[in-house]
Amino acid sequence: MDARTPPPELPEIGPRTNSLDILAHGKAQAARRGFDRTFIVDVDSHIGESGNWPEVLKYIENDATREAAFTFGGGTGQGAFLNDIPGLQWQSAHGRIPHGSGLKEPAPDGLPKPVSLARRAMDALSLDYQVFFPNGLLFLGMHPVREMEVELATAYNRWIVEEVLPHEPRMKAMLYLPFNVPDAAEAMVKRFIGAPGVVGFLVTSTRYQAVHANEYMRTYAMLEEAGMPIGFHAHHNWHNEYTKQLNRFISMHALSFVLSNLVHLTNWVINGLPERFPKLKTIWIESGLAWVPFLMQRLDHEYLMRRSEAPLLKRLPSEYMREMFYTSQPMEAQNMKLLEGTFEAINAETQLLYASDWPHWDFDVPSTIFDLPFLSDTGRRNILGYNAARLFNLEVPARYGQMAAE
Amino acid sequence: MKDVFVGLDAEIPEGGRKVVVAEGVEIGVFRVDGGLLAWRNECPHQGGPVCQGRIMPGVEERLDGERKSLGIHYKAGSLVVVCPWHGYEFDIHTGAHEGLSSIRLAPHPVSVRNGEVFVGIRG
Repeated sequence: MDARTPPPELPEIGPRTNSLDILAHGKAQAARRGFDRTFIVDVDSHIGESGNWPEVLKYIENDATREAAFTFGGGTGQGAFLNDIPGLQWQSAHGRIPHGSGLKEPAPDGLPKPVSLARRAMDALSLDYQVFFPNGLLFLGMHPVREMEVELATAYNRWIVEEVLPHEPRMKAMLYLPFNVPDAAEAMVKRFIGAPGVVGFLVTSTRYQAVHANEYMRTYAMLEEAGMPIGFHAHHNWHNEYTKQLNRFISMHALSFVLSNLVHLTNWVINGLPERFPKLKTIWIESGLAWVPFLMQRLDHEYLMRRSEAPLLKRLPSEYMREMFYTSQPMEAQNMKLLEGTFEAINAETQLLYASDWPHWDFDVPSTIFDLPFLSDTGRRNILGYNAARLFNLEVPARYGQMAAE
Repeated sequence: MKDVFVGLDAEIPEGGRKVVVAEGVEIGVFRVDGGLLAWRNECPHQGGPVCQGRIMPGVEERLDGERKSLGIHYKAGSLVVVCPWHGYEFDIHTGAHEGLSSIRLAPHPVSVRNGEVFVGIRG
């Protein structure tokens, strides 16, 4: 290079920056670490279904609801019937984290935008598969109209199965269960089980429904029989009596993502669901990890004094919890000693699943797992990919060779 | 240490920056209070492109004489660059994280000669 030729310049990253450029450093990290030789499954990513909402609405099966939907958004259908509150979505830290308000980059025509964006993320982060979840629909369990959850969930699931999954075999879906209407959740499993690309079913955790209610037992039995995992995906909730006391998004976000899964997992264990459905695999998604050893200790402590209230259990609550699956993000990594203890407590080398949460504001790149100093090589590879491959029955590309040891 | 030409002094306005790839190293050159500072474009958190983030004032929470909160406001005279990956904020003057000063950006020497800006890179 001539001494006076200025070197290449990098622009500011903004709301419309291509995600390949946003994640360019992720690609560089992948190259330095040899991720082309590392099987990686991202078990929690998100598609921006709200941006494709009119396409989703076309799948509403009630013709009256469908027509009504297109009276919203100036006739486009944008935002129709959704119950999130746009003015309270502060994920971008008021513009400091541009992708936190959703990826607004252009994408080529002829392909659903979520597919184009997923391909960019998988390319940048060297991912072999992405299991994806919705975005705005994570609030849907709080919809005041129970029937609307069913109608929108059905439309979303159909759109995923018919319009998204067929384009990209590396994208895998856990479909939405309209859990506020137990019969509808059961029907949803019956309808979509076995659909190509569907690897499990999702309960959005932000809702006020007790997971041990008898009305759900047939759904759990069907999932167990089919070998399909059920995932409980946390989200924030600024509207319950506790979180309404919190005046900052950081406070609400830190607590509410954990709070919902604390409640659901406690009900799941204390009511003996692991004994009733011993082969049903459960995944606790996007609550981080620090809450798990807390709950293990808390429940074990009280169980030994009040066993009479949990008579279905044959072991300590923590022992059941060590057999469940957890996604890694957002991984609290400020204290490596505590993190190592957490990994040991949850039996991470077989139970932990790498998750990016891309494109959300607090996403984790694969190096957050790969670089951990206390993992064995087998554990590292399991967490990055092979645990997910076993759980979801994913084909491991031949270039990676044999599966890591159990 | 090798000095690498990155551009003209006049190209970087007060409160602005230029982020370049010099000899394979990404470096952001910022102008604050008339002077130039150069930081490696790699966030110490997860390696994000920190120098390509927003430049804006840092914030403070103001209290009155009775220690009642008066809310969060921009801090006069402060300037931070915010990592676009996760929002880590760094004081452009010092390269220190606004909330935990032990987290710091990696500095590069920067110099101006005859209106031309150079950054130092280890050879």
